[in-house]
Amino acid sequence: MKTAKSGKVVRYNKWGYIFLIPFIVVYLLFQFIPLVTTIYNSFYENYRSGLTQIGPNFVGLANYKTIFTNGDMMQYAKNTLIMWVLGFIPQIIVSLLLASWFSNPSLRLKGQRFFKTVIYLPNLIMASAFAMLFFTLFSDGGPINSILIQLGILSQPFKFFSSATSSRVLVAFMNFLMWFGNTTILLMAGMMGIDTSLFEAAEVDGATSTQVFFRITMPLLRPILIYVVITSLIGGLQMFDVPQILTNGTGEPMRSTMTLIMYLNKHLFSKNYGLGGALSVVLFIITAILSFAVYNFSNKQD
Amino acid sequence: MNKKEKGLSVGARRAIAYVVLVFISILCLFWFYVLFINASRSNAELARGFTPIPSTNLLTNWINLSSGRAATVLPIWYGLFNSFLIAALSALFCTYFSTMTAYAIHVYDFKLRKFMFTFILMIMMIPTQVTALGFLQLIGKMKLEDSFIPLIVPSIAAPVTFFYMKQYMESALPLSLVEAARIDGSGEFRTFNSIVLPLMKPAIAVQAIFTFVTSWNNYFTPALIIKSDKKKTLPILIAQLRSTDWLNFDMGQVYMMIAFSILPVIVVYLVLSKFIVQGVAMGSVKG
Repeated sequence: MKTAKSGKVVRYNKWGYIFLIPFIVVYLLFQFIPLVTTIYNSFYENYRSGLTQIGPNFVGLANYKTIFTNGDMMQYAKNTLIMWVLGFIPQIIVSLLLASWFSNPSLRLKGQRFFKTVIYLPNLIMASAFAMLFFTLFSDGGPINSILIQLGILSQPFKFFSSATSSRVLVAFMNFLMWFGNTTILLMAGMMGIDTSLFEAAEVDGATSTQVFFRITMPLLRPILIYVVITSLIGGLQMFDVPQILTNGTGEPMRSTMTLIMYLNKHLFSKNYGLGGALSVVLFIITAILSFAVYNFSNKQD
Repeated sequence: MNKKEKGLSVGARRAIAYVVLVFISILCLFWFYVLFINASRSNAELARGFTPIPSTNLLTNWINLSSGRAATVLPIWYGLFNSFLIAALSALFCTYFSTMTAYAIHVYDFKLRKFMFTFILMIMMIPTQVTALGFLQLIGKMKLEDSFIPLIVPSIAAPVTFFYMKQYMESALPLSLVEAARIDGSGEFRTFNSIVLPLMKPAIAVQAIFTFVTSWNNYFTPALIIKSDKKKTLPILIAQLRSTDWLNFDMGQVYMMIAFSILPVIVVYLVLSKFIVQGVAMGSVKG
């Protein structure tokens, strides 16, 4: 049929290109060209020192050498990673638990829609407003300290934002709250896809629910778990709004909550395009490798 | 055979599940409860410590924030309007053109089809932050600093929305329908606008909500582009509130400001939660 009308088909198919024009033009203009100029900038010395503009002068790989040797980037990468891990571990545990409960037909949980609505809610809240809220709630004279003192747990206010550990834990906790609902729904969709006859067979063989979870659900869920881990890591690398607002962009105390994107944001504001460019390229390469892994993985599934 | 002895009974497991779910729900909602209580209390009351019962100053705080001296420091009405305008236009552009891109790849069999599809999937995960530097320079060269255009137009190229639309088309748009429209003499562009778009309404609604919320909440890019006070969006005003000497600020107003910026999204979410939660599950898992 197709060959008989091939003249017509070809005539229609040029519309494929026409309908792609808006996407391609906008992508090239606002994403591809910026990517190229970002890479270009990373090879030039270009910043402001007081009122004098330095550069742009071609410096080769000097910017990369600077960001890898002066220690800042490594420190901020470490901060980002620590806060991501602290948030991701409870996130994946809680999500796995909730998803397996929601998708377990023998439990017949009531009010599922209510619970799903509630756990997904924090994901849609403006991260900057949520961070501002946590900043006021956990401030020295704020409601949380007030509650803890009223309950007799503390005798004097605990300064949450003076210790590196508690600041990082707060950032991680907020990331956990904002993302575990999303992860739960993803994992649940994956669990729903598992052939129920496997569970029935296991039940007939006398497996406990714990055994079913670790021997059947987990191995079959591995592809989605890997997808969740890698996409969450890519998301974690972009961590910005929460620590930025929580610490007013300082990454205090002792630069312990400064993330890579906050560092990039600083360079963008101070117009240090050389170092900013090199940092962007490093982040680009890391995310490119990670997304390539996701792409390869989800393609193997098909 | 004797599985009841080996594992917990269904009843006990159900009870544990409910306890944990209630605890987790409280963990999610507690902050918003405190926010609501505190937004209803005056600065003096707030200084005295926390009480779990709301007070009577909700309206006073609102009036102080929206008119009064605070309104000149934080132009919240402009913030609300700007945030809404940018988010609504982004949602419109993003869904319309992403549907168009998905339609191109779904319906037409052209030479670069496979390449384009793979390419869009490859760039899906690249975060906007890593190209922000070049983006800023480009905006500077185009004389578009302090304009809404760089916050709206780039949403036309949205790989995630494209992917969702493509997935949806596979189940909801039979190619025979397009063929039938052609036989009836409908042009390709008209077929897309008057037959395909109405069919895609459910998917467009879900993606419009997501794009709207993402744009509404976005802080990174607007903060780099917007300079003048009257063009600032709500997240920028929140950041500004954080960097002012907020201890001298009326804390009732601070809470009111936070509530004001998250309330629209909460209301929309509560009305449409069913579709949103379904939408998350549908778009993310491939195949």
